Amino acid sequence: MLKLLRGIRRLRNQNRQYHGATVIGSEPNKNDPYYQENKARMDELVEELRQKTNVAVKGGPDEAIKRHTARGKLLVRDRINRLVDEGSDVLELSTLAADGLYKGQVPSAGIVTAIGKVQGRDCLIVANDATVKAGTYFPITVKKHLRAQAIAQECRLPCIYLVDSGGAHLPDQADVFPDREHFGRIFYNQANMSADGIPQISVVMGSCTAGGAYIPSMSDESIIIKEQGTIFLAGPPLVKAATGETVSSEDLGGADLHCRQSGVTDHYALDDEHSLYLARNVVANLNWNNDQKARIYPTNVDEPIHDIDDLHGIVGANIQRPFDIREVIARVVDGSRFHEFKQLYGETLVCGFASIYGHPIGVIGNNGVLQSEAALKGSHFIQLCAARKIPLLFLQNITGFMVGREAEAGGIAKNGAKMVTAVSCFKGPKITVLVGGSFGAGNYGMCGRAYSPSFLYMWPNARISVMGGPQAATVLSLVSKDKAERSGKVWTEEDDRKVRAPLENQFEMEGKPYFSTARIWDDGILAPRDTRKVIGLSLSAALNAPFKESKFGVFRM
Amino acid sequence: MNKLWQFQCFQITRRSSHVERKADIKRNINKVLIANRGEIACRVMRTAKKLGIQTVAVYSDADKHAMHVEMADKAYHIGPSPTALSYLNAEKILEVAKRSKSQAIHPGYGFLSENVEFCERCANEGVIFVGPPTSAIRDMGIKSTSKAIMANAGVPIVKGYHGEGQSFDRLLSEAKRIGFPLMIKAVRGGGGKGMRIAMTEAEFETQLESAKRESLKSFGDDNMLLEQYITDPRHVEVQVFADMHGNAVHLFERDCSVQRRHQKIIEEAPAPGLSEETRRSLGEAAVRAAKAVGYVGAGTVEFILHRQTHEFHFMEMNTRLQVEHPITEMITGTDLVEWQLRIASGEPLPFTQEEILRKGHAVECRIYAEEPRAGFLPRAGTLHRLTQPVAEENVRIETGVRQGQEVSVHYDPMIAKLVVWGQDRNEALAKTRRKLSEYQVAGLETNVNFLLRLSGANAFVSGDVHTAFIPQHEAELFPESDLELTEEKAVQAALGYIIKSQLESSPNDTWKGISVTPTSWRSNYQLQKKINLKFGEKDVRVAVKFEAAPNSYSVSVNDGQWLSAEAFLTSQNGLRLITKVNDKTSNVGFLTYDREIHVYDENGQTVLHLPVPKYESKVGAGDSLSSDSASSPTPGVLEKILVTAGDKVVKSQPLFVVIAMKMEYVVRSPRDGVISTVADLKQGDAVGKGAVVVSLQEELSQ
Repeated sequence: MLKLLRGIRRLRNQNRQYHGATVIGSEPNKNDPYYQENKARMDELVEELRQKTNVAVKGGPDEAIKRHTARGKLLVRDRINRLVDEGSDVLELSTLAADGLYKGQVPSAGIVTAIGKVQGRDCLIVANDATVKAGTYFPITVKKHLRAQAIAQECRLPCIYLVDSGGAHLPDQADVFPDREHFGRIFYNQANMSADGIPQISVVMGSCTAGGAYIPSMSDESIIIKEQGTIFLAGPPLVKAATGETVSSEDLGGADLHCRQSGVTDHYALDDEHSLYLARNVVANLNWNNDQKARIYPTNVDEPIHDIDDLHGIVGANIQRPFDIREVIARVVDGSRFHEFKQLYGETLVCGFASIYGHPIGVIGNNGVLQSEAALKGSHFIQLCAARKIPLLFLQNITGFMVGREAEAGGIAKNGAKMVTAVSCFKGPKITVLVGGSFGAGNYGMCGRAYSPSFLYMWPNARISVMGGPQAATVLSLVSKDKAERSGKVWTEEDDRKVRAPLENQFEMEGKPYFSTARIWDDGILAPRDTRKVIGLSLSAALNAPFKESKFGVFRM
Repeated sequence: MNKLWQFQCFQITRRSSHVERKADIKRNINKVLIANRGEIACRVMRTAKKLGIQTVAVYSDADKHAMHVEMADKAYHIGPSPTALSYLNAEKILEVAKRSKSQAIHPGYGFLSENVEFCERCANEGVIFVGPPTSAIRDMGIKSTSKAIMANAGVPIVKGYHGEGQSFDRLLSEAKRIGFPLMIKAVRGGGGKGMRIAMTEAEFETQLESAKRESLKSFGDDNMLLEQYITDPRHVEVQVFADMHGNAVHLFERDCSVQRRHQKIIEEAPAPGLSEETRRSLGEAAVRAAKAVGYVGAGTVEFILHRQTHEFHFMEMNTRLQVEHPITEMITGTDLVEWQLRIASGEPLPFTQEEILRKGHAVECRIYAEEPRAGFLPRAGTLHRLTQPVAEENVRIETGVRQGQEVSVHYDPMIAKLVVWGQDRNEALAKTRRKLSEYQVAGLETNVNFLLRLSGANAFVSGDVHTAFIPQHEAELFPESDLELTEEKAVQAALGYIIKSQLESSPNDTWKGISVTPTSWRSNYQLQKKINLKFGEKDVRVAVKFEAAPNSYSVSVNDGQWLSAEAFLTSQNGLRLITKVNDKTSNVGFLTYDREIHVYDENGQTVLHLPVPKYESKVGAGDSLSSDSASSPTPGVLEKILVTAGDKVVKSQPLFVVIAMKMEYVVRSPRDGVISTVADLKQGDAVGKGAVVVSLQEELSQ
């Protein structure tokens, strides 16, 4: 039925212009063998993603889960489900962080970070998973926590910490404790966000020992659960060792002590459910966003005319197989409407205006290698969006900037630099999605992680590395051959294979999205069909902050 | 309805062309006081307005914001909520009539409508009482007198003894003459009090003694009358009208046989299964009855009709407009309130008997706040949610309350009357059931489900109605299946709840952001939620998986199989929930209130509850589970408080008494202890459900 309606709409809209933009995109030939092969491969990749995610969201080992729930505690994601509004979408970030990183598995790095609506407000939720190594902080756990806080700070999202953690993972203390971007930074961020008027709310649902004790203590408002939450700088064993005092956890730092005597916590909860109910009440009383100007966007937005599931067949898994980025844009933006900018100039970069859930957005996508003209066009377009206060969406499928004598003579370096300058200095919301390759300086010009996009996501088919594996292998093989021949050795094909293979394998492995996401080089891997939703939720979150003015550096002319 | 009114206009035109009007309503009545409340006050005002007559309402404390007050041109406060101090306060009402310069008082039904003294005082004060002359009310108010008058006028009456002689021997010999089974009734009786049935002669003495005892206690008099007892008869009544010029007509009969607690709940016109001959002789007997007492205005002559023989006997005459008058209006295309006002102003009857025609069939259901499964116990409280069917051609909704208003303990708990007309009885009944199923009420229990069962019961549909219908068909009217929850209903309740909460979750303020339609989406995995519900005492565990397709879910009830379901809510005279559960599509009414979830389908209302979270029951305000206080279990009127502060009490010791709808509730101490405070209430004060009346001192902790 839905298909039929879409079909009718598609026919009606084809080649028509309205809403100040043209309807783009085409109906793919689904019998085409390329399409079918693409689809089959992408289906597999998405299924793999789903399976890996399902394993991760289960949390820790069965034993730990059983122990946790037997005490009447909710599992971490159930806690989040109770905290957010009924029906709220939950944009969970970096679910597959720590994937394959440590010997013992640490699903989701033992912490769930997510954006969801609480009392109609976008909030950032950071929740320890006590079933994973008692919720202790591994180095990547710290990174994930800090990344979430960075998002909250940039987007001005109230932070809700559901604390249930044993503190630092002691064997890793050297990589957790001392450095600038380590554990201490959590509290630094809390203090500064609070100073900045971004609410900090804690719910103590388990232990908050030592450093962890500062999370509720540094919060604007905090809630603690009776006979479940504890806060202390040193636990009973350490107290015993230090002063000889024998004391139970509850007496040392339980809800009664902190609500009635110390004043460390403000609200007394009877159980998980109650604490989350109280947390919702705290949010309801934030008087949040009240100083923001009313920004009302249309509530009825047109869905894209083309079926987003077609992307599986259009894009596929083979990075070498080109596709028209407009087909992706057509499946992501409202009504598939796209007002393209400089369509006939620098054609390898597609720029244009569209809207997502009613909010205007500037889209920049790759249709091949970046040449000078494309870089100039991109720089121009980014400045336009800055001037008009329009957020940017980067759809990366980029092998890099053009190389060769002609390109260098044409000033590709300075023209590429213009685009990098524009991307760097653009201070409005930027959302990057890697829909294909992301290689070399192309990653920079297209707002890679180093360019502070508000959010960055990868599709499961995407690849990221300084250059392509085969190219890197060729470089190495040429260098090695040169060296061998200079020392008079014969360079056999066997030698060549021996040099190439490990490097190619390394690039293949390290270029994969799971390698990236495990290290939090991105905010998560998303299935193509969720792209529109995720961009919408990300944009919604980013729009909580005022659109900042951009001031550009010197463009080398 | 339009059709009917056209039908009526046509008749009026025909009539007025050849009847000379002796009086003009507008000359005599241009302002009428309605000495009543609720739906009937509204009903009378509608007609008065139509006729260009000004309306004056009176109201008690409880009715300050009632519909009838808003509807009137002028409204006057006449006293506190108890009826004796307000709607029965003749003095005050007459004073208002004079103050407001009302020429007439319409008494509605109940209250002062059959009050001889009031009628008399109206006459003395020169205010038109829209009703019969005092003499008719008086004569018909006394059973023995009315029967004697009827017997003389040739109206068939039940064989009986109404004599002065009250010796046992006299009564026994009269009893033998009449035959058994036999009814023994207190002369002053009413409401079933002082009434006994003797099935055989052997039983006579004990039953007589018992009736006398009760009568003496209730009425201070033990004079008895004896009547032939007709087993499970039908209750058929005839609407009559008479003017001041000696004319009287009838407007056919109504069947009101099916009753509970001696009160009507469903009425129809005409009575099913009567021959035209019986119908005619019923009508003629009624007209004879009216004429015999010199009747003027609207009246109803009630008959007992034998189920098989259709033989009928005069029972009593009600000298007022009846609750169920709209069904007569529906089948005759008349406006009886208009007739009342015209006749009261001295106009002649608008029609002759031959001109009054009957068309189709009409059914009235009375929607009450009551609990049918608990012996039809009345309920009082706030109508937190009230959605009524939309009135349309041939469907009237007569009501005096709106959502958010109260069904007061002080008055009749009727919420509305649903009046439906159809070409024939089957059509009328089918339409009635459809309209009944559109009722959505939260906050109070109603009899809507029961009315649905009743109007669909086989024996009822076939017209086999009689006064013992309800006890006789108990199994069918209170089916066991109502106590079971179908899987589909559980799915509907859970999904409706989810969708509704979703719609309500975004507060409406200036910050809107962009609207990414929330769909419980999760990145790369499926959200699964568990919702625990209660159906009565039974636990209903529903697991819901949110599927990728819009409005799609997988649902499992009590760990059963996964069902594929789609659901969405629309708004149309209340919420409609459209669900597709394993290929079966249903469109049901849906409502949530507080912790209740209601689903409405052709079988009426199904209510599920969300369990109260532990924290609410432990730390919530107004805690009724507390063992430190005693609160009223029901809205009612405080009868007495039996303790004072400082008293030592033991567990289960009575603390205070509340009266609600004639029932006495004795509230006892939840534990041993000492009374700390007693609410500052006196006898007659209204108390809400859960209102704390007595508190105990806090127990010393162990």
